[in-house]
Amino acid sequence: MHGLINKSLQAFLSDSFGSALWHEIAQRSGVAQAIGPDGFESMQTYDDSLTEALLLAAAVVLRRPRDSLLEDMGTYLISNERMEPLRRLLRFGGVSFTDFLYSLDDLQGRGRLAVPDLALPEFTLDERGMGRFTLVCRGGISGFAQVMVGILRALADDYGALAVLDHSDSAAEGEERISIEVHDPAFHAGRRFDLSAEAR
Amino acid sequence: MDGDLRLPPFGLSAQALGQLMPMHLWLDTACRIRGAGPTMLKLMGPDVLGQGLDSVFSLRVPRRADHAGALLRAQRLLMKLRAAPGTGFKGVAVPLTGDGGVLLNLSFGYAVHDAVRDHGLSATDFAPTDLAIELLYLHEAKVAVMGEVTRMADRLQGAKVRAEAQAVTDALTGLGNRRAMEAALDRLLASESGFALMHLDLDYFKQVNDTLGHAAGDHVLVEVAARLRASVRGGDLVARVGGDEFVILLAGVHDLSPLQRVGALILHRMSEPIVFQGHPCRIAVSMGAVLRMQGETVAGDHLMARADAALYASKGAGRARLTLAELDGSCQPLCSAESDNLVDR
Repeated sequence: MHGLINKSLQAFLSDSFGSALWHEIAQRSGVAQAIGPDGFESMQTYDDSLTEALLLAAAVVLRRPRDSLLEDMGTYLISNERMEPLRRLLRFGGVSFTDFLYSLDDLQGRGRLAVPDLALPEFTLDERGMGRFTLVCRGGISGFAQVMVGILRALADDYGALAVLDHSDSAAEGEERISIEVHDPAFHAGRRFDLSAEAR
Repeated sequence: MDGDLRLPPFGLSAQALGQLMPMHLWLDTACRIRGAGPTMLKLMGPDVLGQGLDSVFSLRVPRRADHAGALLRAQRLLMKLRAAPGTGFKGVAVPLTGDGGVLLNLSFGYAVHDAVRDHGLSATDFAPTDLAIELLYLHEAKVAVMGEVTRMADRLQGAKVRAEAQAVTDALTGLGNRRAMEAALDRLLASESGFALMHLDLDYFKQVNDTLGHAAGDHVLVEVAARLRASVRGGDLVARVGGDEFVILLAGVHDLSPLQRVGALILHRMSEPIVFQGHPCRIAVSMGAVLRMQGETVAGDHLMARADAALYASKGAGRARLTLAELDGSCQPLCSAESDNLVDR
């Protein structure tokens, strides 16, 4: 798993639950022993088993189901000030929430343009009509779609859209599905997005 | 040429043209602006309709455009808005049929980032086929990734500096260690200038360790280190090269007097008792020194061996003294704790 993803997970745990709990999770998962107490570097690739061990330990230490932790991480990636560059990069995907949903087919490619070895899962959007969509997520660690649910919820808010999301495991191996209903693409004003980061 | 290029059987409304090319300009044959796409209108303001291209833009390629032919002959147009902040464009001109004039399609090129910031443009100001948004995305992605890389490089650089400092520092006393001493000695040997090397050894240190414990021994070493440091100039090197062994390198020394002064100062400072938890620790220091004269060629281990011999001469003569090793191997006493040649000369 790429360091950027691991480091985001570390930032989420440490910002949301405090650095003491982060250190406990890092110790318990063996991450601290494997890579040192400072945790992940963003521009390195780590074995997937480290990420799995970290998630397992976080669920135990925080007494939270893994799925709800992953969804909260998705929300954190969009709404936390520290992750502003990521929010902006995703907002480049479309001018409205629906337009953004269509850009998810390109997310893997966009990610690769920014960081060639990022290796995001593959997303496919199926349109079912009347503002209803199914997002199919293939590859990546199991539960990545849960992160995506958090990201999409927060981004719908960011765009000012009203959307209802639901996660379900797919019949197919290594595939997860998210159903999305966009009720009102302009529900409220949303957060401002200037194409230029320096504009105000 | 087969001459078979027929006119397309369609025309475009101004709105459709604006959607397809939001950054187009329509000029008449005298190069007056007759129409513009919505994004260009936003950049130029509505007053430009009817004005000459030259008065709204400063042209670089071609230099002048008082008739449409000049624009059509240029392979690529380069021009800047006259109004601040002078946004630049590149473009292409094609003739319109009949005497409809020329159609220009413009783009920001590499300056798209500045243009978007300066004019507050949004995604809807660009044609969906325009790669401008992708270029902006890539620019931000690059800045974000470079930021991560830079922060990582800074952290690694900090760790490297700390590791390097630790590698040449004696953890207990904070003095240089043997590696630091050897590196400094190599630098002095490579230079032309004269210098002095002093080899120091603590007397009775083992007894302090044995009777008062290792904590007392450590306390003595830290205290001695501070006294040695205080006896030399800032640029001189004091290193702990063994358990109770020290080396001092005095740069730029050409005669005996600085050596004598430093030796006497050390003996004076060491005459002050070191106390550990109320117990006085009886310690003395024996010293051997050697001078490397300006331009003299001599090996480092040879200097060390001579200083060592002088150190043992000091011990043999009753400790707490400084002995100099001469070139011929003979030894000359320089100062001792009993003699009165202390400090202030």
